[in-house]
Amino acid sequence: MTDSTLTQHGANPTTALFAYVLRHADDCLILSQRLGELISWAPELEEDIALANIALDILGTARNLLQHAGATEGVGRTEDDLAFGRSEREFTNLLLVETENGDFGKSMARQYLFDAYQDLLWNQLVESTDERLAGVAAKARKESAYHLRHSRSWVVRLGDGTEESHQRIQGGFDSVWRFTGEMFIDDDVDRVAAEQGYGILPSSLEADWSAAVEATLTEATLALPDETSVRTGGRNGLHSETMGPLLAEMQHMYRSFPGASW
Amino acid sequence: MSTAWDVAASVPDPEIPVLDIAEMGILRSVAVDDAGHVVVTITPTYSGCPAMRAIEESILDDLGRAGFTDAEVRTELSPAWTTDWMTEEARHKLEAHGIAPPSRTDGPPEVRCPQCSSTRTDIISPFGSTACKALMVCSECGEPFHHFKPL
Repeated sequence: MTDSTLTQHGANPTTALFAYVLRHADDCLILSQRLGELISWAPELEEDIALANIALDILGTARNLLQHAGATEGVGRTEDDLAFGRSEREFTNLLLVETENGDFGKSMARQYLFDAYQDLLWNQLVESTDERLAGVAAKARKESAYHLRHSRSWVVRLGDGTEESHQRIQGGFDSVWRFTGEMFIDDDVDRVAAEQGYGILPSSLEADWSAAVEATLTEATLALPDETSVRTGGRNGLHSETMGPLLAEMQHMYRSFPGASW
Repeated sequence: MSTAWDVAASVPDPEIPVLDIAEMGILRSVAVDDAGHVVVTITPTYSGCPAMRAIEESILDDLGRAGFTDAEVRTELSPAWTTDWMTEEARHKLEAHGIAPPSRTDGPPEVRCPQCSSTRTDIISPFGSTACKALMVCSECGEPFHHFKPL
């Protein structure tokens, strides 16, 4: 999506809702794909199960949102068409969720920073004037509270653990920190969403998110990463080099065998 | 002859077969119009619950066998499912089956061991073999068990 189509989306009430629902669907879909890659690689069996459960929850949220986006768009695209039939430039997820897994410290740092954001997001979107979006948010907020409790406890456990675990989780935060600023940037789609009442301005979540993250890192004896230049582009379809391989794996079956069913 | 509600309500939860979908709070309504068209409304426990498809197929199969051949299943997300919708009977059945039932979401978060009834229990992992359960262990009898998480 180019800047000019984004402006068009922002100007048109129907396509703005489509774009708004789609970006939140993409965040969930892409992160669930990353979490799926971790299964069998977690440090213990219980954690494999936990990551699979969290991936399943947010995949479910992604599906609910993609169905809604497809119905809003009104040209007959299904959830599968939107998940597997779009090209990289048409995905509008945050760069944070597409970052590669790395070690467990990095994966948990990414998960915690995103869970802390989604927890705030869903708690706001339950008030959405769009009934369907409010319904998805009402389910997702109860689940994301469990996700947040889990990833937060890992951050504290690793940070305030051994020298090795402390260094790993600190390294994780340091490496993904530059992708967090993008979560709180308002664009045309967000502005229309906030004006119409079905969405919110991402910037309105930043203060609460920063306070929560700072409190967690302090408890975990971790240092707040230094301010770095914020990396952006995801919401405009401009992704990092890790996105192509992710999509290739995720979309392979659909594209190799169009129309196949189980 | 059974009503459409009775037929739909007797469909077991595929992941916890000791409970049916009415006891679970998954079955929200069953409407039959004058032409005999049945609309069954269900709601998912968790957003990504993989059992929804199986539940939908079981409802349609069972309705068909009972003579309700013109039926459809609708899924509604709102209001969001909560463990508070589980009946008392469902909670007793869960406990007898070895799964600690969920505490009320507005009450104290006490978990009782389904083996020895001790409340000295600890969490092993907040995520268990299905989306709705956590893995716990009893400090009294030492048995690990599943806890249906309050949601």
